[in-house]
Amino acid sequence: MATAVTERTGLEVRLEGLSRHFGDVRALDNLDLTLHPGELVALLGPSGCGKTTALRLVAGLDEPDAGRILVGDRDVTHMPANKRDMGMVFQSYSLFPHLTTQENVAFGLKLRGTDRGAREKRAKEMLELVGLGHQANRYANQLSGGQQQRVALARALAIEPSVLLLDEPLSALDAKVRAQLRDEIRRVQLEVGTTALFVTHDQEEALAVADRVGVMNKGKIEQLAEPETLYNQPASHFVAEFVGLMNRVPCHVADGRVEVLGATLGAREGSLPSGPGDALVRPEQLEVAAAEGGSGRVITVSFLGSITRVRVRMPNGSELLAQASGAEAARLAADQVVTVSITAADVLVAPAD
Amino acid sequence: MSRTPRQQRARRLRTFRITVFVALGLFFLVPLISMAEYSTRVNGGGRSGAAWAALVTDPDLRSGILTSLELAVLTVVGMIVLLVPTMVWVRLRVPKAARTIEFLCLLPLTIPALVIVVGIAPVYAWVTYFLGNSALTLTFAYVVLVLPYSFRALDAGLSGIDVQTLSDAARSLGAGWFTVIARVIVPNIASALLSAAFISVALVLGEYTFASLLDFQNMQVVIDYLGKSNSQASVAASLAALIFGFLLLLLLTLVGRRRRGEPAVLAPTPQPGQEG
Repeated sequence: MATAVTERTGLEVRLEGLSRHFGDVRALDNLDLTLHPGELVALLGPSGCGKTTALRLVAGLDEPDAGRILVGDRDVTHMPANKRDMGMVFQSYSLFPHLTTQENVAFGLKLRGTDRGAREKRAKEMLELVGLGHQANRYANQLSGGQQQRVALARALAIEPSVLLLDEPLSALDAKVRAQLRDEIRRVQLEVGTTALFVTHDQEEALAVADRVGVMNKGKIEQLAEPETLYNQPASHFVAEFVGLMNRVPCHVADGRVEVLGATLGAREGSLPSGPGDALVRPEQLEVAAAEGGSGRVITVSFLGSITRVRVRMPNGSELLAQASGAEAARLAADQVVTVSITAADVLVAPAD
Repeated sequence: MSRTPRQQRARRLRTFRITVFVALGLFFLVPLISMAEYSTRVNGGGRSGAAWAALVTDPDLRSGILTSLELAVLTVVGMIVLLVPTMVWVRLRVPKAARTIEFLCLLPLTIPALVIVVGIAPVYAWVTYFLGNSALTLTFAYVVLVLPYSFRALDAGLSGIDVQTLSDAARSLGAGWFTVIARVIVPNIASALLSAAFISVALVLGEYTFASLLDFQNMQVVIDYLGKSNSQASVAASLAALIFGFLLLLLLTLVGRRRRGEPAVLAPTPQPGQEG
């Protein structure tokens, strides 16, 4: 699917001390973020965490109360949106209904005074790039949601933007199309080489496409790291619980050691210093084994294909979610008495709920 | 042969529909036919088109008609220039003001024309002082008069599209505000704009109170004068105005229907299995 797309390297984008208030609400609180040239950074967070506000500030669709935005060495903080040269894909369908697919993609070029021939050629190339070359004469209402978002992506990239902004572009689509288009966006972004900022509330999406993921909470970035780091070494209990599935297991911390489920483990950096707390343990770090006199009792066993999820009730009434694979899972059944142990060497401890 | 209750009900419904249709048709058509009959009648028998010819030959009537048509065009232009940017701006930037704007626009509907005229008569003393006493200065009053109707039409049109996302998208692609409105918003509310324009034209062509009391000669005022000297010509002009208005509304319906069906006619619908 190689097409003649202009090879470029992206620009660096710096957000410095960005703040934005809406009345009493601090949507963004002194946010710093640097996107390396050609990098795709995802901003991940619950609704209202400020991630869309950050994106709209970069796009110029809103103005910050304080802070600066730099693209390359250009300060664009107070530049109007239409001068910023940024391609944006929106959450809701944004194709112009009165124009065909191809006219939509060529719209930005037309505004730039590109002559007709060059415009049409480029629009066709971009449609090829997103796999919709044969749909050039369709109107938006004749395309599926996934196709509309592909055209929107082609339209955003047609102007050779300095930065590509994606505002939850997949959230209106159904699960299968979402996964497909997610990979497609990543492929196209890598191919074109544009620096990209991707906003989403879906952790799977963020982990799958991004070079680095910034987890946002209350207008701040809690942790900015590669997906693996974010998953395996969350810097805070908010990040730990927002990204992936997480169990809270009652424990006791003293002198950097954690006593949990009958074992003594190391306490990870950022843990509660001492006293009773909750150890944050992923399902795949819990081992369940059938054993006479075990302390847990199986509630449900859910077969999910490659893995099996086991829900266990502990003596204190709490429930734990463990992950088991093939052979051992086959021996488990509801109401069975089991032992639960932790396979991790160290854990993050959060204050108890 | 006995009928089922369902067939009986359908038959009764059909009879009812035809009755209503015929009764309403007569209610509307009889006066129109009477007007046509009267305007072409010749004393002592026979038919003549003299009264209809007066539409063009009578200098007063001709100038009245021209004035009204010019006023209609100016009013539509004024209404669009005033309303479209305002309504778009309110939707995008000050949604809190939406209620206020709606209230202001609907206000002329609740105040009798006579009361408005009495109120704006002193204002018109100044308008004529600055702009001369051309009948075209009525445009200002007429823009206010058509506000409620055109507001409703445009509001429906704007509600049908995602103004915020479309203008954000256009702006990120490099469009300034004028381009956003002219090249993105307007084409997508074209049928609402047309309907606002046609309703305005129909209103302006039928307007009498403002013109008469402010002492301007538009079509309706001339028709009224003429009613005293050449009543046949005045009836012909009235009928012509009615038919013109009817044609406008008919055109509006057709245009609206065509636009809605347009893309489906131009290209086939998406095939299953092409899901992106």
